[in-house]
Order: sequence, then C-alpha cells, then structure tokens
Amino acid sequence: MSEIRNYTMNFGPQHPSAHGVLRLILEMDGEVVQRADPHIGLLHRGTEKLAESKPFNQSIGYMDRLDYVSMMCNEHAYVAAIEKLLGVEVPERALYIRTMFDEMTRILNHLMWIGTHGLDLGAMTLFLYAFREREQLMDCYEAVSGARMHATYYRPGGVYRDLPDRMPKHAESRWTKGKDLTRVNEWREGSMLDFIEAFTKDFFERVDEYETLLTDNRIWKQRTVGIGVVSPERALQLGFTGPMLRGSGIAWDLRKKQPYAKYADVDFDIPIGVNGDCYDRYVVRMEEFRESARIILQCVDWLRNNQGPVIARDFKVSPPSREEMKDDMEALIHHFKLFTEGYCAPAGEAYAAIEAPKGEFGCYIISDGANKPYRLKVRAPGFPHLAAMEEMVKGHMLSDVVAVIGTQDIVFGEIDR
Amino acid sequence: MMDDLIWLIWTLAKIIGIAVPLILAVAYLTLAERKVIGFMQVRMGPNRVGPWGLFQPFADVLKLLMKEIILPAKSNRFLFLIAPVITLAPAFAAWAVVPFDDGIHLAQIDAGLLYILALTSLGVYGVIIAGWASNSKYAFLGAMRSAAQIVAYEIAMGFALVGVLIAAGTLNLNSIVTAQSGSLMHWYWLPLFPLLVIYFISGVAETNRAPFDVAEGESEIVAGFHVEYSGAAFAIFFLGEYANMILISALAALMFFGGWLSPFQGLGLEGTPLDFLTGSSFIWFFAKTCFFLYLYLWFRATFPRYRYDQIMRLGWKVFIPITIVWLLVVAVMVVYQIGWWW
Repeated sequence: MSEIRNYTMNFGPQHPSAHGVLRLILEMDGEVVQRADPHIGLLHRGTEKLAESKPFNQSIGYMDRLDYVSMMCNEHAYVAAIEKLLGVEVPERALYIRTMFDEMTRILNHLMWIGTHGLDLGAMTLFLYAFREREQLMDCYEAVSGARMHATYYRPGGVYRDLPDRMPKHAESRWTKGKDLTRVNEWREGSMLDFIEAFTKDFFERVDEYETLLTDNRIWKQRTVGIGVVSPERALQLGFTGPMLRGSGIAWDLRKKQPYAKYADVDFDIPIGVNGDCYDRYVVRMEEFRESARIILQCVDWLRNNQGPVIARDFKVSPPSREEMKDDMEALIHHFKLFTEGYCAPAGEAYAAIEAPKGEFGCYIISDGANKPYRLKVRAPGFPHLAAMEEMVKGHMLSDVVAVIGTQDIVFGEIDR
Repeated sequence: MMDDLIWLIWTLAKIIGIAVPLILAVAYLTLAERKVIGFMQVRMGPNRVGPWGLFQPFADVLKLLMKEIILPAKSNRFLFLIAPVITLAPAFAAWAVVPFDDGIHLAQIDAGLLYILALTSLGVYGVIIAGWASNSKYAFLGAMRSAAQIVAYEIAMGFALVGVLIAAGTLNLNSIVTAQSGSLMHWYWLPLFPLLVIYFISGVAETNRAPFDVAEGESEIVAGFHVEYSGAAFAIFFLGEYANMILISALAALMFFGGWLSPFQGLGLEGTPLDFLTGSSFIWFFAKTCFFLYLYLWFRATFPRYRYDQIMRLGWKVFIPITIVWLLVVAVMVVYQIGWWW
C-alpha cells in the first residue's frame, strides 16, 4: 500500500491575493488546509531603527508608509505620543481636523479592504466602485497636504496647515470635457469642506450600492458565513483589536473607551458582530463606513462655524509663519533650529494609541532627552491578526484561506515595519 | 472521382466558412467582454488600438504569438503541448452539426445532439492533462477541481438535453428548431424553463467561467490548470474557452429559443407592413446567441466565485434532482399531450 502524505504548498509572496508580500506555507490534505505558517519580513524597512537616528519630526513621513492604506491614522499615533512626551496643547480646530481626517482615512482603508476582499472572493466589480470613491478622498489628501497618499499632514502640536478655501478642480482634457467636466467638478465649486460634505452625504448611498452587490448575495454568504470563526474569549486572548475584535461581539473601541482628539464630542455608534465569522466582520466594516460618514459630517459642521489656529503656537515644536520670519530674528532662529536640530524631548516614555481602521495602532517612544527617540516601538494591529492565521484557517479549504486573508485586512507595511 | 473532389473542396470551403468567422467571433467576444465589463465597472475598456479599441484583439493575438512558450523543466513535454489542442479541437468540431439557418450546416446528422454532448465532454481532458502535465501544485489543484466539477455538471447538462430530446422527439438539431415553430410561446423555453436555467448554468460551469471558474480561480490558485502556459499555447486555451462559450450560447438559442425562428412569428403580423419581421433568419439566431453571451459577461461582473465544494453540492444536490423531476413532468406532458408544444 502506498504511503499517503500531505503536501506543502507555497502561497505567495507572488500571489494575486497575497495582499502585498504575504508568504504562507500551507500543508494541504487535498484542498483542506492542515497547517498554515505565515512568513513575514519581506517588506521590512527598519522603520523603528530609522526613527532612532532622526529628529522626531522627520520620522512622521515614515509612519505614512507603515500601513500605507491608512496613512493619517499612523501619523496620528506618532504625533500623539510626541505630544504626550512634550506636553503640548493642541488647538481645538486641529483636533477636529484630525478627527475628520482619521475618519476619512478609515473610509479610505475600508474601501481598499472591501475592494480587495471582494476581488479575492471573485466579486471584481466592487473593486472598481471602491476605487472610484477612494479617488475622491485621495484628492482631499492632496488638497490639504500636496500628496495623495503619504501626506505627512499631522505634526506635533496640530496639523501642517488649515483646510484650503477652494477645492482644486479637474482640468479639461481630451477625455474629460464639456458635460463630463461639469459633472466631475460639480462638488468642487466651493471650499474643501463643501466638497467633503457633498461626498459624505453621497457616500451613504454608495455604501448601500455596495451592499446590494454582496450583503444578501447567496454566493457571498456561502463564502463568508462560518469561515474563520473566532470566539470572543479567543479574540481577546489573541490580542485582536478593531473590526476583528468587534466582529466577535466585543464592543471595544479606543474612540469610545479612551477618547482622543474630539471623539468624546461627536456622536457615533460602534457596530459589533455576533458570530465572529468573516461575514460578521464584513457587516461590521460596512456599518463603520456609515458611522465614519456620520462623524465626518459632524466635524464639517463644527469646522465651518469655528475658526482658529490649527497648530500650537510654540516655536520650539512648530515652525513660525513665513511672515514672522521676515522681520523677526527670533522667529528665523526658531525656524532654523527646528528644521535642522529639531527639538529635544524630556527624558521619559510615552505610549499613544489610536483606533486605526485595522485596530489599535500605537506608538511607544522612549526619550533620553535627545532630539531623537531613544527607541520607537510600533504596535501594529495587523501583527496579532496575522499570527492567528493558522487558527483561523485550519480545517478550511484553500479558497477560505483567501477569504480569511481578506477579512483580516492585512497590510504588510505595518506588519513588517 | 471528379464528384468526390468537388465534394471534398466544397466541404473544406464550408469548414473554413465556419471556422474563420468563429475565430473572428472569439476575437471580438474578448473585446466585447472587456468593453461590457468595463462599462459595468465605470471604466472605459480598451480604447487605444484602433477606433474604440477595435483592433485590440489582433494586438493581443500578435503579442501572444510572439511570446516564448515556456516548458516547465519537469513537465511532460508531449502532454503539455497536446493539452491545449485537446481543449480546442472539440470546441471547434462541435460546430459541424450546428445549423445556422434552416438546412444551413456542415453536416446534417440525426444524432446531432449526442454528437455535441460527446464532443463537449472531451474538452475537459485538455484541462486535466494540462494540469497534470505541468507538474505544478497550483495547476494540479486546478485539474482536480475541474475533473470533479465536470463530472457533476456533465450529468445535469445531459439530463437537461434529454428534456429537449423528449420534447422534440429527435436528436437532429435542425428538426429540434423546426419543431418549435409557431410563435414565441411555442419555443421550448416555456415548458422546459427549469431545464433551460440548469442547462445554461451548467454551461457556464462547463466552460469554467465566473462564478464557476474554480479551475482557474485567479485569486486562489493563480491561473489553475494553465498557470504554466504562455504564448501561443495559452492563446489556444483561450480560444477554446471562448469558442465553447459561443457554442453553449448557440445551443441554448437553438434548443430553447427557437434558433433562427423570429420572435414575431405568429403574432398576427403576417401580411402587414411588418411582415419582414416574422421571417426566419440567421440574424435571429445570431441575436439570441449574443443575448446568452451577454449573460456570461454579466455574471462575471456581478457574482463572487463559488467555492469548489459548494459547486459540487449545487450540481449534485440541486441541479440533478431538479432535472430528473422535470424530465418526468415533461414526459407526462408529452405522453398526454398537455399544452400546445407537442
């Protein structure tokens, strides 16, 4: 009698649904997965080490590149840790802007997630719908910071600059002209806040549209219900956060439990799941779209009616305005010192965590009193999720591995760091 | 002697007359697919090669033909190269018995339906051999999935066709169509509706198209059975798949939608100025085929992919029982002459 053995399959890193550079070693019994061993490190760029050799402010840009689909949220955790270390007061308007952009980032991230999750399970149309909306939000990023993705918009003490009064418009081109041009510029006639409001109000309808494609789709349900089930106890033990934890039915959200920025002042709900399977996590994230949109509308409302500074007026931490530099020697010196040497943080340590779209994203900084961190530790939400991969896919089929990768919403920028 | 020669040349001319338009149809089906799905997905589709991208298929073919055919080191050369041919040949050969209009066909054989069933079943060997000969785990999984899936759906499809056979009382495709003449309500879609649905869904599964494309499974097993194929060998797989899609659509039109019969027949339009609409024409056949092809594209843009075991469950536990029950219903209807179709 011949010997029957399981066989090993190499899934990734060059695989259409490896979400970047995931490498899974799968031990398969036919189509059934017996063991899944994720290999990480293919996107390691040494962010934490790099931060040790640079003044605090110069590492903000690296944070964008950690979880490169929820850029501003990463910045938020980093600057919040620095602010804690320095004890800087952030102006209220800046806090509202941060709240708004955190939520826009959440929508950006979840759009990317629904697109790729759908694509992994074969529903490819959703991917392009999601990217249509993403494009608009990217334009907002570009309008405030000049960069579509890696914004570097948050700074210790506030944000880089106030929201623009005018939303940039599409220029006429061979492809977009006449009626098309008026249509794409319809929301862009007024200020940026007008644009965000128009987009967000329309977005509720868009989410409904996505749901018509998937939520009650029998095939979608067959592919996600009962797949990758995590019990609430197990989810806590595994260190899950964000929608992964809420999908299992635990109402844990840092925005409610440890409010930062202006989350204590805005009204929103935390959706939670019941069964802890892929479908529940899908529903939770779809609901988060709507909650994020609600928060954005409240922020827009406040920002419209309240003006004020957007960055702390503390020249040790934030640069003086260009005007002041022209005739004030002190300001010029501050500017020079800030952009060469940076600032020195008092010796000590600080941990700041925010509810990033994927879960708790935290930065732990130890300062020895120098102008750069002695050590920076990034707590990436994706890491514990990926670590639970084996537990979630064991006994499922190869196609379900793909569903679980999608539901974990993995991005390797933050896992490999 | 002379007669034989003329017959031979005439037959060859007919073969070319079917094969060349078929290849062109495949070429433009790929373009149509990209355009239609493009518009469903708020994008343009190909629009750079020629006006509205009309020359795109030729650019694709040219590219594929010029690429190297890579033979994996430990593959079985002979099987690896013969597999695409095994997929393609039946897809084209089946067209021999397809009537395009009353009496317009390459071969009029009385067992036409049986011939088509036999040939379309052969196509799967290409897929299995390709997956096996590639000596790749991904391709192997694709071949396994395909083998299991085809067994299930071949049966459902066969039973659906038996329904048509009972209704028409003949295996000859030409006679099947003429048996449906009368009006829109005489076509077999009405009495055989469950069989039509099952036939077409099985057809989608048979051709490995979304949402049943588990043998290819882009996001799971990369490209499944043809993951190791490149260049012309890949193009042949592609050609075979699309020729099969057109075949399934054409057969659905012939067997359930009255082939070349006009949908305006029997509506009392005869003798009025709109009389020209009621005539039979291959244009109707063409239009009906296009309708089913459009469904293929629509499915692909809409549905997520089934999991392999779910496809099997659907095939064995839903489709086959329904077809068997409906066969009995049809048989009773035919024997007792219930309805106006027989």
